[in-house]
Formats: sequence, structure tokens, C-alpha cells
Amino acid sequence: MNVFILASLIEPGVGLIFWTTITFVLLLFLLGKFAWKPILSAIKTREEDIDKALKSAENALRDMRELKAANEVILNEARAERDGILKEARETREAMVAEAKQKAQAEADRIMGSARDQIQNEKNAAVAELKNQVAVLSIEIAEKILKSELSNDDKQKALVNTLVKDINVN
Amino acid sequence: MASKISTFKPFSSRIFTVFALFIALTARISAQDHNEHHEATVVNDSIGAVDSMAVTTAAPMDAAASHHEAKEEAVDITKVAFEHILDSHSWHLWGEGHDAVAIPLPVIVKGDNGFTFFMSSAFHHDVHGMNVVEVNGDRFVNFEEKIYLASEVANEHGQFLTFNQEGEVANAAALDLSITKNVTQMFISVIVLVLLFSSIAKSYKSHGVTSAPRGKQSFFEPLIVFVRDDIAKGNIGPKYEKFVPYLLTVFFMILINNVFGLIPIGANLTGNIAFTLVLSVCTLIITNINGNGAYWHHILLPPAPKWLYPILIPIEVVGIFTKPFALMIRLFANITAGHIIVISLVGLIFVFKTIYISPVSVAFALFIDVLECLVAFLQAYIFTMLTALFIGSAVAEHHHEEAHGHTAEHH
Repeated sequence: MNVFILASLIEPGVGLIFWTTITFVLLLFLLGKFAWKPILSAIKTREEDIDKALKSAENALRDMRELKAANEVILNEARAERDGILKEARETREAMVAEAKQKAQAEADRIMGSARDQIQNEKNAAVAELKNQVAVLSIEIAEKILKSELSNDDKQKALVNTLVKDINVN
Repeated sequence: MASKISTFKPFSSRIFTVFALFIALTARISAQDHNEHHEATVVNDSIGAVDSMAVTTAAPMDAAASHHEAKEEAVDITKVAFEHILDSHSWHLWGEGHDAVAIPLPVIVKGDNGFTFFMSSAFHHDVHGMNVVEVNGDRFVNFEEKIYLASEVANEHGQFLTFNQEGEVANAAALDLSITKNVTQMFISVIVLVLLFSSIAKSYKSHGVTSAPRGKQSFFEPLIVFVRDDIAKGNIGPKYEKFVPYLLTVFFMILINNVFGLIPIGANLTGNIAFTLVLSVCTLIITNINGNGAYWHHILLPPAPKWLYPILIPIEVVGIFTKPFALMIRLFANITAGHIIVISLVGLIFVFKTIYISPVSVAFALFIDVLECLVAFLQAYIFTMLTALFIGSAVAEHHHEEAHGHTAEHH
């Protein structure tokens, strides 16, 4: 009995071969038409889409890098320009300051000069005034001395004598 | 990577097969004498078949009872194992003998008077050639799930069969195109595959290709892409696209039937040599009708001295057939071996006649079942991969690729 069982294990049954052939060919046709074709084409389309998206992202990145590099150039130029402007401004300022200083110095010198002149004039006037005062005072003093000297006759005579004497000498 | 797996696999399966055969053998020896006894006790005296659809009733009650008792005394594990592995005309669910609960399936056989059709329930679970079904003037018996034209009278065992000296059935076998258990499962798997993948195809159409895959799509898309990129593109080369639908169909057909085979009441379709035969023949045909000049040149004018041609050409021609033949045997043997191991491990309980062995049986059977889940995928992969490799060697333009194909097949 076991011989029969073993034989039937490795002996392909005609019925199963028949039905498997029909079914498998049918399955191949049905799946091929209604499943694999749309699925594979959909997967392919998606892969192509993803590839495209990746490529465009890469392109965008490259563009952005280029843009960034261009920006860098522009920025550098701007920076250089700014530096130039600043430098120029500094120079102008220094020049202006120097000029102002010079002008101020000249003005100060002029003011000082006129002040000195005025002081000199004032001094001269004061000295003249002092001289006048001293003259008046001397006259007043001389007057007072004369008044006191000539208050009695003896002295007058003595003076006259002296004066006469002087005249005589001359 | 592929050759690594395919070298590992036969080695491990060989170990398990040896183990399984050892267990099966032990079981057979212990149960043999009982078995002979119960066959001798079974009597069937039903001779009168009446009208066109009439069926002779089962053996008398006492005979059935003794048959039943004999079965309960000792379980022939070999027989049980092969009953689970082989095809059958009804979908057996549970129960033994006449208490068996089975889904009757259509039997389509060709007798002397052309094709006839009846349900397998007409045999009343008989597989010993004792129940004669008379349809259309033809008389059929079921012996070991094979349909024979019944003899006129029963032999001493009540079987309507005559045996020759070698113990083989001498009756003419009927041409059997029945919708057997395996055919039924194949139909179910085809319906499942068509519904599943057409619904996946529909969701690609409705959601468009710009959205991420969802649900079933996200489970099956990686498998489809794997078959396309790693199996087809990797082995066939630039002309792969034409063969992808075939490879996908083969892959998922084998995979789903491997998985269905693991379900306890499922049929063992991928472990049936007729099924693997048809798939291998498809591979053989596809490989050879697509074979280019270089392929045929390599076979008919091998790159060797002329005086070796009388040896080499026959070898190369045989090689056309041995490659798909190996495919057929590999899938059949791997799946069958796995099923035999599981049944043998469960059978240990009946061999040792103790419940205390059951933890061992269950633990080992669970381990093997988990392994079989891997094998289900692995064998589907290997069959598809080797198919792609054969196609690749037939359509390759360069000689060195052909050589690569040969070495990989060698493993």
C-alpha cells in the first residue's frame, strides 16, 4: 500500500496538470492585463516623477548656490564701495577740520593783534593822562610850596636875593 | 546573496527530510501489523448499483465499526501524513472514516462511455475501492484517491478491484479531470490574487501616482518592486521588462499557495508535483522561445574541441530540461518535506501513545511552522529567481554572463 502512496506522491496527476495549465495561463493573462500592467506603469511613472523632482531640486539648489555666489560678489562690491565712501568722507572731514583750524588760527591772530594795538593805545592814553595829572599835582604842590615860602617877608627877600643872585651870575 | 541562500536551503531541508523520514519510518514499523489486520477485517458486500446516479451504500455497520476500531488502535502516521500531502477528491475537514466531515467536490472522469460528472460525496469517504459509483453506465471506485473502473465483483476484501502479483491495481484507471482539493485551492488562490491585485491596480488609478502607497499597496508594492528590480532586472539584464509579469505571477502564485498550504485545512498545492511541473514547463517554454543566437550557439556548438561534441551536445541538450526539472523537484520537495515534518511531529503523540510528549511535539511543530513561513517566501523567491536566471542566460548577449548563469545554477 505504501508503494502506491509513494508512487502517487511523485506521479503527477493528469487532472491537476490539466487544471493548473488552464488556470495558470488564465491567471497570467488576467493579472498581466488587469494588475501588472497598471501597477508596473504606475510605479514606473512614480519613480520617474521622483527622479524628476530630485533632479529639479538639485537644479534649484545649484541655482541657489549660483545666486548666492552672485550675491556675494555684489555684497563685496557694495562693501568696497562703502569703504571707499567712508575713506573719502574721512579725508573730506580731515580737510575741513584742518581748514577750519587754519581759519580759526588766523582769526585768533587777527583778534590778538587788534587787542594788542588797543592795549597799547590805552596804555599811551593812560600814560599821557598820568603825565597830565603829575603836572597838575606838581603845579599844585609848587603853588602850595610857593604859598608857604612866600608867606613871610624874610623868606620873600631871601628868595629874591637868591633869584637875583642867580641872575647876577648869569 | 542568492546563491548563498540556495546553497543553505537544500542543506537544511535535507536534514529535516532525513529527520522526518526517520520519524515516519518508525511510525510505519510500529503500525504496520495493525494496518494489515484492519484491512483484512473490512468487508463490503454491496454489489447492486441501481440507477444512473445511484450509489451503493457503505459497508455494513459492523464492518464499519470494526474498521473504525482498527483505526483507533493504531494510527498509521505514514498513511496520515501522505493523506495530508496528497491530493484528494473531497476537502476533508475533520473526523475519521465514516464520521469524517468533508466538503464534497466535483468528480469529472472519463469512463468507457465518455466524461461523467458526480460529487465526491458519492464515494462516502471510501478510498479502498469498496464503494462503487455507477454513472452513465460506467462504474467507478476510489482507491487511494485514484479513480478506477470497478470490477464486476468484489474481491475477498470487498474491493471492486483486481490486483496483480506485484500488488498493483490491474483495473483500468479512469481519465480523471476532477476538481480536486488542490484544484479548488488553486481556483480560490486565483480568485484571491485577481481580486487583490486588481484592487491594488485600481487604487493606483484612483489615488494617482503622486501620493504615497497606502494599505494593501504599501505591503505589496515593495514585493513587486523587489521582484522587478532584484529578481528580473538583476538576473535578466536590460531586456527584463517583458518577463516581469510572468515572474510576478509565478512569485505570488507560489507564495499564496505556500501560505495557504500552511493553514491546517489548506491543500498542499505547491507540494504537489503536478503543479510544480506545470510551472517548470512554463519556465522551460518561456526560456527556450526567448533563447537568442548566443544561447543556441552555446548549446549546439559549445566552445570546446570538435571531438568532444558527441558528448557535450547531448549534455547541453539535456541541460535545457534538467534546469526546469530541478525547479520542479526543489519546490515540490521543500514544501512536501515541511508538511511531513509537521505531521510527523504531531504524529509523535500517537506513536508514543502518550499526551506527555505533546509539549515537545507542539514546540517543534511551532518552530517548523515558523520556519515554513520563511520557506514559503524563500521558495517563491528561489523559484522566481532561478526562472529569471534561466531566462537571463537565454537572452544574454555576452558569453561571460552565460557562464555566470551556469555557475549560479550549479549551487
